[in-house]
Order: sequence, then structure tokens, then C-alpha cells
Amino acid sequence: MTLANGWEIVVGLEVHTELRTASKMFCGCANAFGAEPNTNICPVCLGLPGSLPVLNEHAVDLAMAIGMALHCTIAPSTFHRKNYFYPDMPKDFQISQYDLPINVGGYLDLPDDSRVSIERAHLEEDTGKSTHLGGTGRLQGADRSLVDYNRSGVPLVEIVSGPDIRSSSQARAYAQELRGILIATGASDGRMEEGSMRIDANVSVRKADEAFGTRCEIKNLNSLRSLQRAIDYEAQRQVELLEGGGTVRQETRHWDENVGETSTMRVKEDADDYRYFREPDLVDLAPDQSWQDRVRDGLGPMPAERRRALVGRLMNPTTAQLDAVEVVIDLGLEPLVNAAADAGADVTLAISRAANELAADLGDVAKLSPESFIETVLMEQRGELSATQAKTVLGEVLAHGGSPRAIAAAMGFEQLSSSSLGDTVEALIAQYPDEWARYREGDEKLAQFFIGQVMKVTKGQANGKSVIDELQARR
Amino acid sequence: MKTAVQIALDVKSGASSAAEELQRSLDAIRARNDELHVFLYVDEEGASVAAAKVDALVARGDDAGALAGVPIAVKDNMCQRGIPTTCASKILEGWRPPYNATVIDRLTSAGALLVGKTNLDEFAMGSSTENSAFGPTRNPLDPSRVPGGSSGGSAAAVAAGMTALAIGSDTGGSIRQPAALCGLVGVKPTYGLVSRYGLVAFASSLDQIGPFATTVTDAAVLLEVLAGHDPMDSTSLPEPSPSLVAHVNDGVAGKRVGLVRELIDGADQEVVDAVNRARDALCEAGATAVELSIPELRLGLSAYYLIAPAEASSNLARYDGVRYGLRVDADDVSAMNEATRTAGFGAEVKRRIMLGTYALSAGYYDAYYGQALKVRTQMIDAFARAYGQVDLLLGATTPSVAFAFGAKTANPLTMYLSDVFTIPTNLAGEAAISVPFGTGDGGLPIGVQLLGPGRSEARLFSAARVLERADGRP
Repeated sequence: MTLANGWEIVVGLEVHTELRTASKMFCGCANAFGAEPNTNICPVCLGLPGSLPVLNEHAVDLAMAIGMALHCTIAPSTFHRKNYFYPDMPKDFQISQYDLPINVGGYLDLPDDSRVSIERAHLEEDTGKSTHLGGTGRLQGADRSLVDYNRSGVPLVEIVSGPDIRSSSQARAYAQELRGILIATGASDGRMEEGSMRIDANVSVRKADEAFGTRCEIKNLNSLRSLQRAIDYEAQRQVELLEGGGTVRQETRHWDENVGETSTMRVKEDADDYRYFREPDLVDLAPDQSWQDRVRDGLGPMPAERRRALVGRLMNPTTAQLDAVEVVIDLGLEPLVNAAADAGADVTLAISRAANELAADLGDVAKLSPESFIETVLMEQRGELSATQAKTVLGEVLAHGGSPRAIAAAMGFEQLSSSSLGDTVEALIAQYPDEWARYREGDEKLAQFFIGQVMKVTKGQANGKSVIDELQARR
Repeated sequence: MKTAVQIALDVKSGASSAAEELQRSLDAIRARNDELHVFLYVDEEGASVAAAKVDALVARGDDAGALAGVPIAVKDNMCQRGIPTTCASKILEGWRPPYNATVIDRLTSAGALLVGKTNLDEFAMGSSTENSAFGPTRNPLDPSRVPGGSSGGSAAAVAAGMTALAIGSDTGGSIRQPAALCGLVGVKPTYGLVSRYGLVAFASSLDQIGPFATTVTDAAVLLEVLAGHDPMDSTSLPEPSPSLVAHVNDGVAGKRVGLVRELIDGADQEVVDAVNRARDALCEAGATAVELSIPELRLGLSAYYLIAPAEASSNLARYDGVRYGLRVDADDVSAMNEATRTAGFGAEVKRRIMLGTYALSAGYYDAYYGQALKVRTQMIDAFARAYGQVDLLLGATTPSVAFAFGAKTANPLTMYLSDVFTIPTNLAGEAAISVPFGTGDGGLPIGVQLLGPGRSEARLFSAARVLERADGRP
């Protein structure tokens, strides 16, 4: 969406990502989503009197990996306490990095070649999770509030971009690219629906080249779709306000996905004074060169590089193919695609099967051996399986494992040898002489007619491409 | 009354048993606890089980530990699994921690018998134990006077002969000051020497657990048990527990002692006289003494009353009625937080939370908390310069002997001044020991204070032992 009358959107994003450490940030409790409420807790993450935090070094590894992938400088850093009362925060303060974060000053290049600066990416601990029952569904006015502290103390990295984003689609592309990076570094599983990655958007509008306008911070953006819709809504709201002679008030706003609107949560004037001060229970964090080198050496290629490599294997890719590449990169499936291509498979076909069939069953992809994928794609490519059959076989391999050839045999997908396919085609030509004549005269649509008839006779076991080959041979 | 060293010897040799020593301790508690209000909780059952274990170890010929069968009292701001831990506050009344402080585990492993939890100023904020929500503790040497504080209960337990040893916590003098007022040896160890895991925080950058004992050697034995690296405390020093007992009788020959003007200014004359005699005693034992001035120490009190309340305002935020302890119901959660904290905290705790909240607030941070941090840095530098000239420093522990109930409660500032000589050591994160040396008004004990740089405990114990002998105790 673009704004009318020369207005421009200015967006900066704060992305919170939960780190995929085995244990929490300051204690040994499991960092796991979906456990029974209040089962992964201990005196430390419950903030019991007398308990003390001890920093999880793996959280530091992952924070540095994110910083390195975003071209940040790894800096000597400290921890602070951010003080405010909230029932899901057991100590009534959050341990966070403040004026000296571990990662400073980087950037992220997007697929459209635009660059968004990264101001900082710092470590902090997550809070527990509140559920408010009855009343408004928010804390104030609820009948009852329940708190699950399993999430309390889970390590987070907050990645703060510069105010460099100029459209909701660019914001979405940034979030998507960042998500790919977080997955590639092993820092996050990127599951926005589980809260592994949460986004706040700072949105303002201005006339091009004028100074930045007053911004509003939008919370509760739980999907890329919400992010994009909320920015568009908020920018339009601000433009209408300004064009109507009003002013934008600096405030925090809540995005309601169902209504499609933002609404005021709190205004700047009654913003909390967090009374930040150095966390006296933790020591300074200054990873030495060998620690940094160890993390850097463990980093694999980032999405941009992997995308370039995969696109490089395609000749004049279509938009649809590029979209499929995006899915493959996003889901980290290109090792399978590359393995298939290296084994002589058609890259386009391998990308298509990965972006569709594998993407539909990601849970089982981890168990899929490259050999099975390669074999299925090659069987389809050689005409031993129809597209429909190949998809079925792949689905079966994903669900229950086993050899694709054995599965194809068991399902009765035994190849139609070209001689028996030829016999079938001959029989159909004899049966439908009028259609055959029109096809010979150049009516290509009738190829589909014959394919359909062949499929009917063979119960879907024929390969469409092979049928056309047989028809062509007799034309 | 037997020393801890003697008790452990007797128990290990069979001359006595842990069960007998425990019984003696429980009898002494029964005799005077109602009068003195020393213990908030006595764990007779747990201590009996521990005594039986020690006696079984001895019977088998196994090592029963350095504190085998020694009854010990624990300040009620340290967590002990299943045992009420109140910090002498209504806000924690009835709370039983599900875990042990590291020092509790260390004491248990060493064969000590944990007989109970002692009274204190609420959340360790005070210098007389008059701020306890459950009533004050009386000084066993003169029940009309305070035992000092905040670890007044622990000091009184040892002074009344209820236990041979006790542990307290020292944030601005809360071990050394009551030790001085009760005629005991009290130690504020180097910051990080003893794990704080399980010590309910007052001011995290200043808090340190340490021993009370009747003799320097007993204090050294106890500190060796308490000290040493703990992976559960990020500020714990990496080194293992230092060797202290072996150096208790090293003497002070050739040591340079600095008598610090700022550590006697404003003290009663009898206290100043005691410090001068202590200097003479050290010189007689072969030390050399100089007088010196460290003007930065005068700023300690002001800096402390910004830093400690600032940290406390954050540390005590968690007592909000949501998860444990007191809850006073109200219409919504913020009203519940407010009602709980209003009812649960005493006046001094509220005062410090407000002071600290103010000192950290936007617009005031630089002028108050930020400035106090600078003073703290200056104090560390000033101590370091002094230790370039001398090996240890000497001064008073408190300005006066034990004072009467109510003497300093009307004006908080007069109470705060009780800690003017002890606070600098906490700000610097260094070590100090208070040792009884002579008596003053009413025959009450006077404590003198020896200060040293970080990890100088062995040196301090040697010097304290010289003073102990010079004061007529073998």
C-alpha cells in the first residue's frame, strides 16, 4: 500500500526472539514450549527470596551468532534491572541489557537489495505468561488471572532496527529475512505462532524528506500478516489524523487482529520509569576473541547466500520458481534440493517437490533421507511415476519411511513400460478416431483429452508427459 | 561455655556426643529465649536428626567434619528447606523455602547442628534489632540494652551461650556492630568469599555472610567452612576456601598498622581509648603503627544510604502478594500489591524502599545514585592507597557500647550513624573483623575493628588473635 498526497511511512522494528537453548537464561530449568503450566520452574526463575542468576553461556553464543549474522560489533556489555510491577514477572524486575548491549551497529540486506540498519541486538530474559479470565480479557478488570512461569527466564534477544523501513511490505520482507537468519544461526525456531518471535513496530508518517513525525509503538504483532496490516492501518490512521488538522500522540498501541485496528494501550506521559540500574548479581559480559572465534567458526551460510546459490542453478527462473526457492530457503530444505540436483535430478522439479510436498509435512522432513527424496524425484523425472504418484509416494515416505521404489510397487504404481503405454495409446486412437484426427490437425487441447482417457484406463498410473511423447510419436 | 573447637574435639573423641551438645544448647535456649527473644524458630527435630548423624559417623570412625556436633544459630534471612524464613517481616510470615542456601549445605556437611533461625531487623535494615516485626531481641549482657543489629539475634545466641557459633549477614556492619555490642568476634569477609545463594537480598552488592564466635579461632574455623567458590553465585570469588586456622597464631611482627582518624572520630572517649590501647598491644607484639587520615571515608554513610536503599527497592519488589507470603486481597492486582506491601512492610523498610526508588528515578539518578557510585569508586581507590602504606587498618567498630532500647529510634539518622565505621568496608568489598577489647560504661564490651584489603582474612585473624590475648583471653 502506498499513501496518498506524498505521505511516507517510517518504520523501525523491535523483534524479540526466544533463543533455542536447552536451559533457561539464568538457571538449569528446561527451555521448552508446551509443557504443563508451572512445571519447568525452580527458585531462580521463580525469583524466590535468596535466589541468584547465573548466565547461560549458550545464550551468549546464540546472541553473538545473531549479531555476527547481522554484521554487528560484539561489544563488552553489562546487565541492568528494568524495574516494574507485573504479576508474570516473578522478581518484579526484568534482567536486560541497557546502555551496553552485546551487539551494536549492524545491518540487514533484503532480497530487493535495500539495506536496513541494526542499532543493537541485546540479551534479556522473558517473562511468564498470563491468562486473564473474564472481564475485559486484560489484566485490569479480569475476574481471575492465571500465570504460567514456564516461560519465565527463557533467554531472548531483542533486535532493534533503525527507522529505515519505508513500507509495510518492506517491513514484512525485513521480518521474513531476519526470521531466516535466526533459524540459520540456530538461535530460534522462528515459530511466530508459538511466540518464539514477537514484533513491535514503531510507526510514523511524514511528507517525503521532512523530519520524522511522532511515532506510535504497536504491540501484539504475532504474524507477518498482522505486521503488514497493522502498519498500513496505523499509517493511514496517522495520515487521516494529520490531514484533519490533528496531531499524533506518542503512545503504545495494541493491534487487534480480529477487528483489524490499533487502539491506545498507554500514552507516553504515564509511561513507566523503569529505574534501570546495573544488575549487582551478575558480572560484566565481555566474550574474549577465542570465544567469539568459536561462535563465528560455527556459523553456516545465511539465507541470502543460500538463495544466491540455489537461484544460480536455475536458467531464467520464473516468478513462480523464485517464490518456490524462497519457500525452500525459508524452510531450510535446500540441502535436499542440492543433493537431488547433484544426483542428476531436474532442479526445478526438486524445488517444486520440496516447496510443496516437503513443506506440507515439515515435521517428518527431519527423518527423510536425502536418498529417498532423490530417488522419488528421479523416478518421476524418468516417467516411472506420474506427478500424482510421485506426490503420493513422497507423502508415504515422509509419513512412514521406507524405500520409494518398494512403496511404489506396494501401491501398485509399478511403472507402465513404454510398450504397454504405447499399446494403450494405440487402442485409444482406434477408439476415438475423430479426436485423433483433430489432434493431428493441430488442436493441442485434445492432448489433454487423450491423457485423461489414458489415466482412466490406467487408473492414474501413467505419466502425462510420457503420454504426450507417445501421441507425438504417432502424430 | 565451651568453644566450637572444644565441642568438635569432644564429640570426635567420644568425650561428649552431638546429642549431648545439642541438649545443652536447647536447654540454654529454653532458659532464656522468652526473656531475650533470640530465636524466631527452633528446629529441635532437624537438629536432633543432624546430631544422630554426627554421632553415627563418629561411632563408625568416619570424619564427622570440622564442626562436628557444634550447635549453630542462623540469621533468619537465609533459606533453609522447609524451615520458616521470615526476614523478621510480616510479608514473609509462614513462607518455607523449598531450597537450602549454600551456607546451610556447607554447615550441614561440616557436621554443625542447625538449631534455629534468629531474630533480626526486618530485611536486615537496622542497627538494633528493634525493627523486627516480631519484637526486639535483648542484649544478654544487659537486657535493658539492644544487642545491635541487624544480626542481633545471632549475636545474642552466642553471647547468651545458646550456641557456640552463629552466622549473620553484614551489609553495612550488621555482623561487626552486634558482635562489638555483645562482646563477640564478628567478621565481614571479602565480598564474594562466602556464597550469597539463599541469602535473602537486602543490598546485593554489599551483602556478605560471616561468622559470630566467642574466640578468633572459632571464627576462623567457621569461616573456612563457609568460604569457597559457589557456581550458584556469579559474584562468588573463583578461589577455594582460604587457609585461616593455620595462620591464627602467626602474630603481627613486622606488620604495619594504620590507625585511621575517620574510624574513631565521633566515638565515645572510652572507645577511642580502647582503640589506642589496641594499637599499643599490636606494637608490643612487633607491629609498627602510624596514624593516618582517609577523608573519603566520611562520605561513606551518605553513599551507602543511596546505594543500599536503591538496590533494596528493587530486591524487595518481589514481595507483591502474587506468589508467596502475605497477600491482602483487593479489587485488582495493583490494589492487591499496594495493600499487601502496606500491611506487610514495617516503617524502616518502607522508608528505604522510598529512598531507593527516589534515588533511581529518572531525573534524580545522576544526582543521587550515580553520584554515590562515584563516591564508592573514590573510596575503593582511597583504601587501595592506604594499603600501599600499611598492611592493615585499625579503628573502632561502633561509636559506643550497647545502647538502651528506644535511644535511637526517634530519629533514623542517629541510628544510621551507628554504622559509620563499618560501612566503608562494605562499599569497598573488602574484609574487616571486630574483636572485643576491654570494657566501657557499665562493664559492657567494646569492639575494635581491624580492616584489610580483599582476601586479607588470614592477616586480620592473626592480628585479632594478638588483641584477644592482650585482652586477657588465652
